[in-house]
Amino acid sequence: MATFKDFRNNVKPNWCPGCGDFSVQASIQRAAANVGLEPEDLAIVSGIGCSGRISGYIHAYGFHGIHGRALPIAQGLKMANRRLHVIAAGGDGDGFAIGMGHTVHAIRRNMNITYIVMDNQIYGLTKGQTSPRSAFGFKTKSTPEGSKEVALSPIELALASGATFVAQSFSSNLKQLTHVIEEGLKHDGFAFINVFSPCVTFNKINTYDWFKENIVDVEEIEGYDPSNRAMAMAKVIETGGMLCGLIYQDKTRKSYEHHVPGFREEPLAEQDLELTEEQFEELVNEFR
Amino acid sequence: MISQLSWKIGGQQGEGLESTDRIFSTALNRLGYYLYGYRHFSSRIKGGHTNNKIRISTKPIRAISDDLDILVAFDQETIDLNAHELRPGGVIIADAKFDPVVPEGVDARLFAVPFTAIAQELGTSLMKNMVATGASAALLNIPIEEIAKVVEEEFGRKGKTVVEKNIEAVSRGAQFIRENGGDSLPDFQLEKADGEKRLFMIGNEAIGLGAIAAGCRFMPAYPITPASEIMEYLIKYLPKFGGTVIQTEDEIAAVTMAIGANYGGVRAMTASAGPGLSLMTEGIGLAGMTETPVVIVDTQRGGPSTGLPTKQEQSDLNAAIYGTHGEIPKIVIAPSTIEECFYDTVEAFNLAEKYQCPVILLTDLQLSLGKQTAENLDFSRVKIDRGRIVREPEALESGRLFKRYEFTEDGISPRVLPGTKNGIHHVTGVEHDEEGRPNESPLNRKKMMEKRLRKLKNLRIPDAIKVDAPHAEPDLLIVGMGSTGGTIDEARERLAKEGIKTNHITVRQIHPFPADLLQPYYEKAPKVAVVENNATGQLADQIKLHLGDGSKINRVLKYDGTPFLPSEIYNSCKELV
Repeated sequence: MATFKDFRNNVKPNWCPGCGDFSVQASIQRAAANVGLEPEDLAIVSGIGCSGRISGYIHAYGFHGIHGRALPIAQGLKMANRRLHVIAAGGDGDGFAIGMGHTVHAIRRNMNITYIVMDNQIYGLTKGQTSPRSAFGFKTKSTPEGSKEVALSPIELALASGATFVAQSFSSNLKQLTHVIEEGLKHDGFAFINVFSPCVTFNKINTYDWFKENIVDVEEIEGYDPSNRAMAMAKVIETGGMLCGLIYQDKTRKSYEHHVPGFREEPLAEQDLELTEEQFEELVNEFR
Repeated sequence: MISQLSWKIGGQQGEGLESTDRIFSTALNRLGYYLYGYRHFSSRIKGGHTNNKIRISTKPIRAISDDLDILVAFDQETIDLNAHELRPGGVIIADAKFDPVVPEGVDARLFAVPFTAIAQELGTSLMKNMVATGASAALLNIPIEEIAKVVEEEFGRKGKTVVEKNIEAVSRGAQFIRENGGDSLPDFQLEKADGEKRLFMIGNEAIGLGAIAAGCRFMPAYPITPASEIMEYLIKYLPKFGGTVIQTEDEIAAVTMAIGANYGGVRAMTASAGPGLSLMTEGIGLAGMTETPVVIVDTQRGGPSTGLPTKQEQSDLNAAIYGTHGEIPKIVIAPSTIEECFYDTVEAFNLAEKYQCPVILLTDLQLSLGKQTAENLDFSRVKIDRGRIVREPEALESGRLFKRYEFTEDGISPRVLPGTKNGIHHVTGVEHDEEGRPNESPLNRKKMMEKRLRKLKNLRIPDAIKVDAPHAEPDLLIVGMGSTGGTIDEARERLAKEGIKTNHITVRQIHPFPADLLQPYYEKAPKVAVVENNATGQLADQIKLHLGDGSKINRVLKYDGTPFLPSEIYNSCKELV
């Protein structure tokens, strides 16, 4: 059985010291080991940006794609090989700006993959521009007078898009973060996990301390029921989107793969590609 | 007796012309006639004039004709718009209901058949199409029983009564023509066909069939004219083989999902037209950089932008060849017949995996949608070659990854599929080392770039150019691609009758351009006509670029949205010599 150490490699991340992404990396490694995966059972598909580098920092199959397209690549991979555990990962720019269309549709589609957004409310790699997650009035290089747009609410968006698994966590809370990733990996369907992952270099507003002060844990809410979508939506709005933990899970709806007619458990990639002559003739006869 | 003629049916879009066309042509195909169809349609669901034209022949044909023998009209507009195309003495079969009038100056025989009246008598005016089918069959002396068989297949699931009523409608249409002497017009007596049961299909179906035969089991795609039939075909048949189609949110998702699936080890493709190809360019670059196989079909239509969505053009060459930033290995192939659509699709999947790069299969609207007779497809020619996939890699040294991008002599590296033990490696669109880890060192960059580009050096697909060069000293070399081949050959027949010697080359491998194969034919010809459906001569530009000489090239271009007619190519070529 693999331990979290087996998911480590010898690459030194190029993230800034103190970056929230380190915790996400560690949590994925722990969660993968905790649910009993071997490194070759796991594939991490990532986008572009600081966070996108994560696929290169974990010992597993890794595909560092293009900006905003981690999700379609991940879904294609999952269709090719149902046995593989697929994690898609990227930043808030990746998932909510350039890749927003894919995010909403991947959630709707509900394929059995886990999507982790490393949300730092800023564009880091390009040195500090506004993000769809930046608050109204947030001053950045690209918004010197303050952002004139409101911040997007990822959890509300996920719930509205028909998500079957919605969680939010924080880089400082390794225990909760590992737990929700584990639950996401076990969930049969699309697991959406938004992680507050502070940028220590360019975001001086949404800092570790700021998050600690503002986060509300679902565990602290009496009578909170993660199977109740209306309650989830209400609490997310009530907490200004700062609700953390496993916020919503629908265990009744099966993943996309189960609804595909004739789609076998055996990976498509392992199936025999050759037709028999009879099968071919049958297809050809349709044109006579 | 005649050996070929052209038939056209016209009316309002959504009026059911398609089923008349389908039933009539299927019956003819089964009798052994060679057919070549051309659809004139607009980008809307109902309303607006539309027509389908079919050429019917006892010999192989691959072109629409200059003129028309029979026009079946459901409204006066059809007559007004199309009668000028009729040859002198042609026939108009029209619904008596609208009191059809033959336009002034048109020499045509009119049969005003009570389509609607007969259909209504039998229960519903919907059946007027069947009356028209019967009338057409009678004119050509096609046995009604042949039509009846197809009607039965078409309407069988709707019950016996419906079948019988429709067959009755066919018979009544035929009877009307016979009673009015339409079955004995000497210039409409079509020779008997050979009775061979050939295939009758569109290029898009041949591509779909080719994909399944090639082992393609996954297609993410976004609907677009004129590519959607490929998707529809695979939606229908892939589940039988465990595969599936996903309608994605856009073409970016389509191509990247196909890349993800190919990386995962399944043969996957997507298909689109120009607008989709534009969106796919970033994904194509990713496939090139990560050396991931992917097959993309571009069924060209009129561009630029939304352009002419339902019209013929061959203007995506430059986009297919150059469309992505940076420099990647990429293969572009252009089938020129229905049969080639099938075989080339199989080839495209093999090339994509063998060379681990994107392959674009370039068709055009007429090839993709023009329904035509195809020779039987040879299953024994279908060979699946998955290239350098390593199924059981050796154990790796601690801290090392599988060398997915190993420097090799031919540039092609071993590939391992995710899920394989001892195969872990990294894949990235960032420049990388042999294990796939990001690496920006100048030395590595240079070696890696050269490795990728080396893969396609000297690539020649089978029949990279198709040569019909009977003359050692021709007056003219005609070069074309895609659906224009048959039309070029008809023009050549006419030129030959006048003693003009022509050779004909169809370029099938568009990129990398097989200049060395074309060179000797180019050199032998005093003049070269490059025939293409675009406004600038993109194929001519490739020839000039790669042969280093454009002095002999004459661009024969058509970009009004309609396919070439044989006479147009004939006239252009005649002017040249």
